[in-house]
Amino acid sequence: MSAQAFTTLSGPAIPMAEDNIDTDIIFPARFLLLTNKAGLGKYAFHDRRYTADGAEVPDYVMNREGWREAPFIVAGANFGSGSSREQAVWAIHGAGVRCVIAPGFGEIFHANCQRNGILPITLPAEQMADVMAAAQAGTGFAVDLETQTLTMGNAAAPIHFDIAPGAKLALLNGWDETAVVLNQYGADITAFERAQRATQPWLYPEDTAA
Amino acid sequence: MTAQTLYEKLWNSHVVTQLGDGEALLYIDRHLVHEVSSPQAFVAMREAGRPLRRPGTHYAVVDHAVPTRSPRADGVRLGTIADAQAAAQIAELEANVAEFAVPYAQLDGPEQGIVHVIGPESGFTLPGTTIVCGDSHTTTHGAFGALAFGIGASEQGTVMAAQSLRQKPARTMRIHLTGTRHPFVFAKDIALAIIGQIGAHGAAGHAVEFTGEVIATMSMAERMTLCNMMIEAGSRVGLIAPDDTTFAYIKGRRLAPKGAQWDQAVAYWRSLASDPGATYDRTVTIDVSALAPQVSWGTTPDQTLPIDGVVPDPAQIADATAARQAEKAIAYMGLTAGQSLDSIAITHAFIGSCTNGRIEDLRAAAGIAYGRKVASGVRAIVVPGSAATRDLAEAEGLDKIFVEAGFEWRLAGCSMCVAMNDDRLAPGERCASTSNRNFEGRQGPGGRTHLMSPAMAAASAISGHIADVRKFLA
Ligand code: SF4
Repeated sequence: MSAQAFTTLSGPAIPMAEDNIDTDIIFPARFLLLTNKAGLGKYAFHDRRYTADGAEVPDYVMNREGWREAPFIVAGANFGSGSSREQAVWAIHGAGVRCVIAPGFGEIFHANCQRNGILPITLPAEQMADVMAAAQAGTGFAVDLETQTLTMGNAAAPIHFDIAPGAKLALLNGWDETAVVLNQYGADITAFERAQRATQPWLYPEDTAA
Repeated sequence: MTAQTLYEKLWNSHVVTQLGDGEALLYIDRHLVHEVSSPQAFVAMREAGRPLRRPGTHYAVVDHAVPTRSPRADGVRLGTIADAQAAAQIAELEANVAEFAVPYAQLDGPEQGIVHVIGPESGFTLPGTTIVCGDSHTTTHGAFGALAFGIGASEQGTVMAAQSLRQKPARTMRIHLTGTRHPFVFAKDIALAIIGQIGAHGAAGHAVEFTGEVIATMSMAERMTLCNMMIEAGSRVGLIAPDDTTFAYIKGRRLAPKGAQWDQAVAYWRSLASDPGATYDRTVTIDVSALAPQVSWGTTPDQTLPIDGVVPDPAQIADATAARQAEKAIAYMGLTAGQSLDSIAITHAFIGSCTNGRIEDLRAAAGIAYGRKVASGVRAIVVPGSAATRDLAEAEGLDKIFVEAGFEWRLAGCSMCVAMNDDRLAPGERCASTSNRNFEGRQGPGGRTHLMSPAMAAASAISGHIADVRKFLA
């Protein structure tokens, strides 16, 4: 499950000025019966993007000229809250989104983004108002992960954002985290298990199983 | 040594190695697996040619996609599932657990049920452990003093192969519950009241620990309800220190430690409670004495009010964002500002889910249903959280009380909590529900959900509208 590397990105930003956009809105539960990761882009925000008979809702932002397949989303607080479904991330990735900017995220969604080459940027509420206004105006966004900067339009002063160093490295390199953990820390994990087995033997049913 | 909170003890005892900048590689003791979130993780294992590091530390079940009815008289579901996608998803899980030798609570078997109900029931959930699952309501298991949190499918793949995850510690938040509650105010009401007060992201970034006299008197079922709902306040972790109630619940369960190991385990578990003087980043104190039963009116779980309240008027809400969200929710929910909550007519009642599908919940609902009838025009279903809960309820005669009153008595599963099996709402239908999420479309596209306790849902089913269960107190 190696992710794509993330370095720089530019393009328009889809404005979603609403708090608590949950993963049921991003990827309705009934589509969870699909077991693929690929091809989920058409289900992103499905029940808002399409009517019950499958026609596009013309005034929904993702269906409007200028924001179709835009690579950024700018959202309200607590974006991606609710269910842990990674399909929410695979779906917006499939719809072309590579960066989401919000004042806060559902924590599992946030971790899922970083595992799949999507950069989640958290900005303080004071800065979000300008960012949302720029998105609504159709301004072009540009982000550089290496320098941790976000630029809107021709603004002279880019906005700085924070990211955990481990997540930054993983995104920049498109690392498969499982491989990294196994290759770099295998011996540490074995040592941990040896110590835990000695003090909490009940956690090792494999030692007593017939 | 400095005084530590329960969270800090659980965290520190699972650090494999520090990764710098506050991050650590955290050892994962237990992994619960269900059919919906796991397929892609097994694919990753297969594609990379990786074995499961410790197969015995995983436990799999089918719950989300399974129907809760069977066309067969003996209740067997396997082989009868009409929905081809659901059948395929279940078959895929069965193939995966066979290939990777993962212990499995099979459909129609005695331990099948909702993942967060069967973990505790089987003794798989133990204090002092780290537990993950590809499911956000993994918070439930924190009721045992376990560090339990939901993860995505990619992370599941890492746990399967490496039994560990890169994590950043959360800040800590203490929710201290004081006072004595009304007999018809349950853990669900307290959870909804907390979320209403602190907001749907009020605990984001924090590991919540519940303390106080209210917790001390709660059953494990109520503690699980409370921790289960903390994800609806934005927290990935809800915790309660293990005590004698916890140990009494665990003792003798199939996977619980036995003999000398039991004594050794209990001695260790007693050491997990937060030290006197330990500090939290935040503390919220709530007196439950004046609390009324709660009901959600909107489409986020913090859009919740006491049952004697009315649908809010967006024009009266000062905060512009909150006003806009209220307006949107009222429109989706088909309500009118100022309408009394206890006058809202319902079409469905759902008693079940990992929040309120345990035996104590069924007893509370049956207590209201006893000798009464479901209102005409209401479809009411009772879905036990597990096969074991269902068996116990039948032994107590609860099924007969429900059926007599006009409720449908179902087989175990997630059912109408999530619109991915046969039990779902049609657009515009309205449900009094004991589940945990009132999101748009959660129970079916266009469906309308009101969250409440099992006693309240039963009272509403009987009344035909959302009802104050306190009026049923004989
Ligand atoms: S009962 Fe609902 S919340 Fe619980 S695991 Fe099932 S779908 Fe998720």
